[in-house]
Amino acid sequence: MRHRLFSRGPVAGLVGELDSPDALLAAVRALRARGFTKLDTYGPFPVPGLEEALHLPRSGLGWIVFPIAMAGAGAAYLVQWWTNAVDYPLNVGGRPPHAAPAFVPITFEMGVLSAALAALVLALLFSGLPRLHHPLFELEGFERASLDRFFVVVDAADPAFDLEAARAALGDVGALRAVELAP
Amino acid sequence: MIRDRGEALLVGTPSDAEISRELIGTVYRPRGRGFRLLLAVALLGTGVLFTCITITVTVGIGTWGNNIPVGWAFGIINFVWWIGIGHAGTFISAILYLFEQPWRTSINRFAEGMTLFAVMQAGLYPLLHLGRPWFAYWLIPYPSTMGTWPNFKSALPWDAAAIATYFTVSLLFWYFGLLPDFAACRDQAPPEARVRRVLYGLLALGWRGSAQHHRHYRLTYGLLAALATPLVLSVHSIVSTDFAITMVPGWHSTIFPPFFVAGAIFSGFAMVVTLAVPVRRVFGLQRVITKRHFDAMGKMILCTGWIVTYSYIVELFIAWYSGDEAEVYQFFIARPFSHGSWVWWGMMLCNVGVTQLFWSRRFRTNTVLVWFAALAINFGMWAERYVIIVLGLQRDYLPSSWGDYLPTWVDLGLFGGTMCFFLLLFILFLRYVPFIAAWEVKELAHELRHGHAPTGVI
Repeated sequence: MRHRLFSRGPVAGLVGELDSPDALLAAVRALRARGFTKLDTYGPFPVPGLEEALHLPRSGLGWIVFPIAMAGAGAAYLVQWWTNAVDYPLNVGGRPPHAAPAFVPITFEMGVLSAALAALVLALLFSGLPRLHHPLFELEGFERASLDRFFVVVDAADPAFDLEAARAALGDVGALRAVELAP
Repeated sequence: MIRDRGEALLVGTPSDAEISRELIGTVYRPRGRGFRLLLAVALLGTGVLFTCITITVTVGIGTWGNNIPVGWAFGIINFVWWIGIGHAGTFISAILYLFEQPWRTSINRFAEGMTLFAVMQAGLYPLLHLGRPWFAYWLIPYPSTMGTWPNFKSALPWDAAAIATYFTVSLLFWYFGLLPDFAACRDQAPPEARVRRVLYGLLALGWRGSAQHHRHYRLTYGLLAALATPLVLSVHSIVSTDFAITMVPGWHSTIFPPFFVAGAIFSGFAMVVTLAVPVRRVFGLQRVITKRHFDAMGKMILCTGWIVTYSYIVELFIAWYSGDEAEVYQFFIARPFSHGSWVWWGMMLCNVGVTQLFWSRRFRTNTVLVWFAALAINFGMWAERYVIIVLGLQRDYLPSSWGDYLPTWVDLGLFGGTMCFFLLLFILFLRYVPFIAAWEVKELAHELRHGHAPTGVI
């Protein structure tokens, strides 16, 4: 599972290094135009327009977080109702044991808390993080992906993968270098 | 279309490499004498804090100055004050994010750090105020052998839930925003800093800025911002119900939730300015934190300051209009003229008077003057809580039960101690964590280069 991003062929993929977000966008568009579909990019910040260029679907995370938030809020309400109205009713100043308005603050807070925890855990899970190592970290100079360089990776598992064509496409858009990634 | 009056959000056109050097590089800078001196002061003050906590726990809260009729005093004043300060961080990072205000970018990270550390200080007070803090877990509904459950109709469990949620969500939001910058710390580590490279690497969780990651990252960041937004409004509303659901004259009022929230954001922005001015100077960040930021924060202070002023006016009007003798006495005689009333005058001077200086743009962009004004507002907002709590409780319904309050040295030690503990956490944060969101500044610089950055309304 560790290397599932890359195929087991003689080459795992081709990495192109670019020096600006605009060059990265141009490279992605050029590669897409030549039929490559299994692309991923790396850079210090989310470049506007990149997700559209890569044809990435919108993250579906919100659809899972919402029911979790509702469940958290519902559980909080149930706990308050059962403890205060059923198991241990306590008459404080004549308030009803099942005092719905008084249960609102905690219900709301627990809904938000479960949503936030779920969102963070799911975002990490969906991204395959945390992960201690990744084959790309072996690449000399890849550390600049979090600083000031942009990388595009053409996966060899791409049905349209052709090393020379990919190399030519990267050369055309002015990639600083194109490196083969060992499997 | 609002004109950008020549004040830049970023001075010059720094490249990504320069931004990394300037903003990520701070964690690898050598530690100077100033840092060690400040660290020593903060450690000493933190020692005082823990000494006073030890005295409180071993002897009891009789060592504090509060006693009937003033049952709440420094413990709750400081709690509300610190929690209020914590509001600006989330306001800046969440609400201004949703409204696409570009000026939040350079100040959001350390405002979030400020929030976390302020909430930590705030949390100490109600815990100690319990008298027997080792029973704090009784607030959690767990099936105990006592066969009882917490009373959820009381404001105390609401408070506990609100503050625990606020702290947790703020922490998650802060850490999540830090992931790409922890990765940058890992990748920018000089060869000799191997241990720290590994530590930052662990904190970055293997982040490598993939488009696949960013897809989920952006959505989650927006989602956390949207979740934190109602928290900004709810936490202080819930804190204010601690007061509003009682019968004390001056407390039993429906204006409290919005009044408290506005005051919280007001004091929070004042604290951000108080911290931003020296940080900007010490780290030489004039390019990233510009006069435009102080201008915008000044406008926020002015706006929330006026909501607070309006609340003061409404309180006075309602007290008079209600015809309730205790309310009228409370607002028109007890607060301005009884024991400790100088605090009320200080509150009015700082919160209503000093705030008016922010009408002037020349004043808002003068970092020295703004810093002193922000200090005054910090005091003014502390004074406001003193007025509500101490001056409120000193003059209750029955003149026979009136009494005057003075804090003890343990009260003062705890208050000063939390300030030093806050300072300690804050300077460690400035040294070991990238305190300006470098990846967001790079994104902003990219957008400014292309001329499609949102201009924002403020």
